[in-house]
Amino acid sequence: MKSSQLVLFVQNIGRHLSGRWLWRGVSFDLQPGDWLGLVAPSGTGKTLLMRNLVLLDPLQEGEVRLEGKTPAEWTLPVYRTRVMYLPQRATTFDGTVRDNLKQVFELGVYRQHRYDQGKLEAWIDKLGRDPAEFLNLQGPRLSGGETQLLALLRGLQLDPQVLLLDEPTASLDADTTAGVEELLYTWLSQPDRACILTSHDSDQIHRVTNRQLNLGDFG
Amino acid sequence: METNYLAISYGQLALSALLILVNVGLSIALELGLARSLLTSSLRMMVQLLLIGYVLEWLFTQDNALVILAISLLMTSVAGIAAVNRTQRRFAGIYWNSLLSVLASSALVTGFAVVGIVRVEPWYDPQYLIPLLGMVLGNTLNGISLGLDRFMEGLNSQRDQVETLLAMGATRWEAAHRQVREALRVGMIPTINSMSVMGLVSLPGMMTGQILAGANPIDAVRYQIVIMFMIAAGTALGIYGVVLLAYKRLLSPEHQLRLDLLQSVGR
Repeated sequence: MKSSQLVLFVQNIGRHLSGRWLWRGVSFDLQPGDWLGLVAPSGTGKTLLMRNLVLLDPLQEGEVRLEGKTPAEWTLPVYRTRVMYLPQRATTFDGTVRDNLKQVFELGVYRQHRYDQGKLEAWIDKLGRDPAEFLNLQGPRLSGGETQLLALLRGLQLDPQVLLLDEPTASLDADTTAGVEELLYTWLSQPDRACILTSHDSDQIHRVTNRQLNLGDFG
Repeated sequence: METNYLAISYGQLALSALLILVNVGLSIALELGLARSLLTSSLRMMVQLLLIGYVLEWLFTQDNALVILAISLLMTSVAGIAAVNRTQRRFAGIYWNSLLSVLASSALVTGFAVVGIVRVEPWYDPQYLIPLLGMVLGNTLNGISLGLDRFMEGLNSQRDQVETLLAMGATRWEAAHRQVREALRVGMIPTINSMSVMGLVSLPGMMTGQILAGANPIDAVRYQIVIMFMIAAGTALGIYGVVLLAYKRLLSPEHQLRLDLLQSVGR
């Protein structure tokens, strides 16, 4: 397959930290519909790999391309709307869940986009929560699990092309986790989508992903 | 020299030192353990001030613009360095950022005041230039320390918020402008506070000094007003400069938050 048909193309990236390489020579690609599980013992830098893929940390070597173009060619803010990283420690801002969801649309890159409450309500309903109640909760007072849900909804509504999910269901119960996975399947079934997941739950990795990358092999 | 105020002799100075003995006595009686540091700090204060008195006396006889500019530059550099020394974190180039900001803001404001407002002839007359510059520098230094420290602490403590915004496609300015604004606000607080209670709660030292030296109180007040405006403008420009330079350093053109460039200072 030519690299232009790939969604994400990663070649020979490496991460250097306090005098040693955490991992080096990491290469992989994501084709449309791919769901890649990132596995490795903790402390091997899974989160750092995700941060590197969206260039929140500078790339020390190697390159990353989305649909054949480098992040600089996309311009970074645009690139990050396409390849979206949802960190493990999700953050909320002051105001209600609704305010949190709406606030993103104030960013310049989303000038052409609209906040769609109907779509969000349907999703919240799928996650087993009452939409009216959930949207009115105060952001900073959410539980760990609710914060993760908010972060996921906030990202999904922006319709990214590639999602980098760092332990997205770590604080959720089994039912809500199933709801999240269903939501992600629906999102992934649209054309040219791909996803990378880390999870401490190896059952989840084998349940949802279609292939795995062991970062421990690149140490 | 003909004066219209009562000069203080060394004997009278010694008499005033008795006042500190009250403190020392209290400390000994109540076993506060402060006697020693009170005595050494009093001594330091006295020696430093007497020395600067002689320096100023010499300086005021100078009429070479280059000598006076060199002294001004020295004062500015000390202020620029001292401003950074009180921050908790550092990054490479922070001293240059501070020096540049202090230099640009104080030169602009003091220059405008000396040439445009007070209209000193010649403009470098040290009797005007040096004290005016000194007042602006002293306050700019505080503002820069506060603003810079707040900016770096803000980025550090709100790292998750800033990076969440960046990860959703915010530009570096969209992600960090709250921290910039907060740093400017905090840096300006002392100046705004002191302006709003001036005359009601505090009688400024410079004005008191001029009045003691026999100046007409209204004239002294006018000088004080000019100086307060100079301080407010100088401080604002200085903080703005230093925070923007720090912003450019800590938020890269690739829209990354580079906290890895910050080192905390052990204390």
